[in-house]
Amino acid sequence: MSLSLFSRGTLSRDMFSDLERLRRELQQTFGDGPSIRGLARGGFPALNIGSTPQAIEIFAYAPGLDPASIEVNLERGTLTVAGERASALPEGDEKAVVHINERFAGRFRRAVSLPEGIDPEAVSADYRDGVLHVSVKRLAEAQPRRIAVQ
Amino acid sequence: MNDTTAVATNTASAAPTHAEAALLPPVDVFEDAGGITLYADLPGVSKDKLHIEIDADTLTIEGEARLDLPGDLEASHAEITVPRYRRVFALSRELDTEKVSAEMHQGVLKLRLPKAAHAQPRKIEVRG
Repeated sequence: MSLSLFSRGTLSRDMFSDLERLRRELQQTFGDGPSIRGLARGGFPALNIGSTPQAIEIFAYAPGLDPASIEVNLERGTLTVAGERASALPEGDEKAVVHINERFAGRFRRAVSLPEGIDPEAVSADYRDGVLHVSVKRLAEAQPRRIAVQ
Repeated sequence: MNDTTAVATNTASAAPTHAEAALLPPVDVFEDAGGITLYADLPGVSKDKLHIEIDADTLTIEGEARLDLPGDLEASHAEITVPRYRRVFALSRELDTEKVSAEMHQGVLKLRLPKAAHAQPRKIEVRG
């Protein structure tokens, strides 16, 4: 991202750091304290994570990729999603003028620390409409069970 | 601001006030001699949930993201909290709004807005 020579650049960065500090303070106040492998917000791709009694579901909003080029790895309880997205902007066309350049381009990598009790052999990933969905099953013994009362 | 917000639930019964909330998708816009090209990131939006409208000099891009979520999913971390995108652009006169073309591929919209023939640059031959 190019930095403006004018004060706008500094001003907006300060504003964002203030907002980010406010967000951290709110997070501390309302519980949800970060773990040692806390998940940083922002960056590409955006992540939504949820869980069911059977599995952990991770959604990575990574549009415009070739599914074969997405690297999904699970190693010692940490899931990483990595890849590269090419810029759509014209290169070499001297007459082309770029008006807005907001979309992410370049290499990306995000990591998610998974809870205990997941089955590293039972991971599935699919990519549709630009959203990567990774599903990691919990081990059978980690799933809640209903005990029948005799 | 806790993280227990639902992971972009997209039930049709969402409250009307929520129907207005939308994310601002990032875009790239560039212009060449023939017109303007726009790319917009709309992850989760399929072709049939994309709505592009040109009304007078305004271009509106709207899309609804749909995910297949298990019914008993409990969100633990959500960066995308609204399953909807909307962005509006003012268009300039020289664009030929009748000839706009759109393609959607893996959550990326590509729009091409050509300039009207009279607005395209022409080289004037100097005779003499």
